[in-house]
Amino acid sequence: MKFAARTSPHGLLPNSVTRDMAMVLAALVPGTIALFWYFGWGVLINVCLAVVAALAGEALVLKLRNRRIISTLADLSAIVTAVLLGIALPPLLPWWMVVLAVLFAIIFVKHLYGGLGYNPFNPAMAGYVLLLVSFPVAMTQWLPPVMLNTNPLDLAQVLNIKFTGQVPAGMSWDTITSATPLDEMRTQLDMNKMISEIQLSPLWGDYGALGWEWVGNWFLLGGLFLLWRKVISWHIPVAFLAGLLVSAGLFWLFDPETIPFPAFHLFSGGAILGAFFIATDPVTACTTRKGQLIYGALIGMLIFIIRTWGGYPDAVAFAVLLLNMAAPTIDYYTQPRIFGERNDDG
Amino acid sequence: MQQEEQKIWSFHGGLHLPDHKAESTNRAIAKIKLPKRLIIPMQQHIGEPAEPVVKPGERVLKGQTIARVSQYIGAPIHAPSSGTISEFTEYPVPHPSGLSAPCLVLETDGLDEWDELPEPLPHYETLEPALLRERIRWAGIVGLGGAAFPTSVKVNKMPDKPIKTLVINGAECEPYITCDDMLMRSQACRVVEGVKILQYILDAEECLIGIEDNKPEAIAAIRMAVADAQPLNARVVVIPTKYPSGGEKQLIKLLTGKEVPSHGIPAEIGAVCLNVSTTAAVTDAVLAGRPLLQRIVTVTGEGVNDPCNLEVPFGTPVASVIEAAGGYSDKISRLILGGPMMGFMLHDDSVPVTKGSNCLLAASNTEAPAPPPAQSCIRCGKCAEACPAQLLPQQLYWYAKARDMDKAQEYHLFDCIECGCCSWVCPAHIPLVQYYRFAKTECWAQEREKQQSEEARRRHEARVERLNRIKRERQANLRKKKESLGDKKSGGDNKKAAIEAAMKRVAEKKAKTGTETAGGDQ
Repeated sequence: MKFAARTSPHGLLPNSVTRDMAMVLAALVPGTIALFWYFGWGVLINVCLAVVAALAGEALVLKLRNRRIISTLADLSAIVTAVLLGIALPPLLPWWMVVLAVLFAIIFVKHLYGGLGYNPFNPAMAGYVLLLVSFPVAMTQWLPPVMLNTNPLDLAQVLNIKFTGQVPAGMSWDTITSATPLDEMRTQLDMNKMISEIQLSPLWGDYGALGWEWVGNWFLLGGLFLLWRKVISWHIPVAFLAGLLVSAGLFWLFDPETIPFPAFHLFSGGAILGAFFIATDPVTACTTRKGQLIYGALIGMLIFIIRTWGGYPDAVAFAVLLLNMAAPTIDYYTQPRIFGERNDDG
Repeated sequence: MQQEEQKIWSFHGGLHLPDHKAESTNRAIAKIKLPKRLIIPMQQHIGEPAEPVVKPGERVLKGQTIARVSQYIGAPIHAPSSGTISEFTEYPVPHPSGLSAPCLVLETDGLDEWDELPEPLPHYETLEPALLRERIRWAGIVGLGGAAFPTSVKVNKMPDKPIKTLVINGAECEPYITCDDMLMRSQACRVVEGVKILQYILDAEECLIGIEDNKPEAIAAIRMAVADAQPLNARVVVIPTKYPSGGEKQLIKLLTGKEVPSHGIPAEIGAVCLNVSTTAAVTDAVLAGRPLLQRIVTVTGEGVNDPCNLEVPFGTPVASVIEAAGGYSDKISRLILGGPMMGFMLHDDSVPVTKGSNCLLAASNTEAPAPPPAQSCIRCGKCAEACPAQLLPQQLYWYAKARDMDKAQEYHLFDCIECGCCSWVCPAHIPLVQYYRFAKTECWAQEREKQQSEEARRRHEARVERLNRIKRERQANLRKKKESLGDKKSGGDNKKAAIEAAMKRVAEKKAKTGTETAGGDQ
């Protein structure tokens, strides 16, 4: 009898990229629903727009690159990028900005470098930063959380705003939108207010910003799910959050009236999302265990530094992109000791 | 009890795999019917291929040496049964390439007539270890765990490196394979006798027999045999079932806590590791004077009707072995020699069983499905987590793919044991191990090329040197000649002078005699 040959190992392989990406998407669901709950339809519209644009953009590039389209789209990585970007963008952002960011992320940041696995920068964060530096005003127009929102918008109104730019009659941009809590904190601090004064605002909740703290909790739940399913390891998120908390904590101890309390940093913006879903993107992060600890910790510290002294109120995207650049070098210098490595080998 | 106190260590990575051992352990080890024709490859071991010492047409007896080796690393081959050698030619051999190699073909006569064997050495402990090593070498014993490294080389310890621990490998960590398990269950005494012999040869302080905890019967049997064989400083150590705990380096780490140095051998840390089947073969060679003629082969998988363990003479075609196990079932899809993790697929079931063939896995389509298409590496690091050699497989893959062999070696390519853990866990389904095999052969090829070009350079330089020398010599000769010519020239002058002088003398004489004559005339 004759047989065809293949190489070992033989068997049903237990892991797949598609399955891991699907887990990430599943883990994003609770936090996304929370965002929708607090900030309305705009969140979901962003996500849908982003997913459609990502799939279309990726299909186009794959066709141009003469690659398999369906099986590549089926790895779900484009959808993960799209969802991450969709939930990071302001809910009322014009539709074309969402599409622009996604197409930039997929076409330029991902595929021009060779596609999944070859991109040195996190596509979602690069898309985010593109908008942040190009349209800084639009990017800071968030909504107040549902409890503080005096002018809640329905689906039709949100669609109208996003696609035509027209605010409903009797309202203005100022009445519908509000700054993000991070932005608000910075503005108030710039006005030389004390933290204790600023905290009197109804914008603040139990330990972070109202609404945001619960969004953070739900993303945290998703992150724990990923840890449990071993889709990610603990190294990056723990180092990330520790780096942020320790640096924020140290400075806060010295000056609690001008440096926001550490929990503020965790639960007022994208820190939790960043720690579990963005910094852990395996393609652009460090791969050695020691490297991951350094990588995570430096992102956390950079976030604190940029938020406190930098030009932008939020910093996850910048910090992640900066460390993306450093990742190969960190990996090079943190190679693990191999089995039986001789000391004299150095 | 002492056995319970034995501390065990752990190694990084590894996998917990479904073991599929139960399928083939229901039946006692059976003997296979002697096939009419044995195809005996000359290369069944690591090292130099053996050279036949018999000719086609010659009748050979069971146990007779039919091929010998001259190199240190090698093992002779014996006739597994009596019969006539019909040809010496190339046949397909069990190798991933599916290529053919020189084989002796033995037409068996069914008499199974033994050749005269060397005398048994029951009182081996009164003999020189070198004599026993010679016996092991004569018997053609190689590592029967699958690697087929000549045992006589392994037990030849370096004078400056005493062996503290003899590690006996009964881990059998790869799924499906049960030949060692069945051997330990049914022939524990044979194993333990071998342990005693080896411990004597190596002068090892202690012996640790590592067996995975999924083989309780084997553990009990070996423990009993060890207890009966006192005084013997040997202990059975039960290790957790984790692939690849039966890898030599991994097992030594598990049992002694010491790591075999990178690019080194176990003897450097005072250990020698041998498989239980090898140990049993040593018993046969020393106590019965019998060479290695057959081995236990596990035949298993959904693709075979009656999974079992069989005693198979070397040279038996795989097809005959499958037949003895009830033949192929309808589910047969692939035939794997070895286990699912490290074994390779056979193209053809006409190839013979050799010394290293521990398992025939007749796999169904669910047991060995077509691998999904490989995607891009997403650098998730699952491979590094699974790698028992603590390498960075994704970096290695990157450099192997880019054919940057220097970088690949810098990332410890040659510490890869090809266990397959990285490929197994890779979510992108990249055949990582295949890349490393490719990179290794590429490195060897480069090394060979380098040596060849080095050789060529040396020869070129030698030639240039030789030509120069010839030129110099020629010039020197020429110079000498010229000088001698010059001498001749001056010699010519002398001659001339001599002639002139002679002529002068003659003239003078003439003149003298002339005057005399004139005087006489007068």
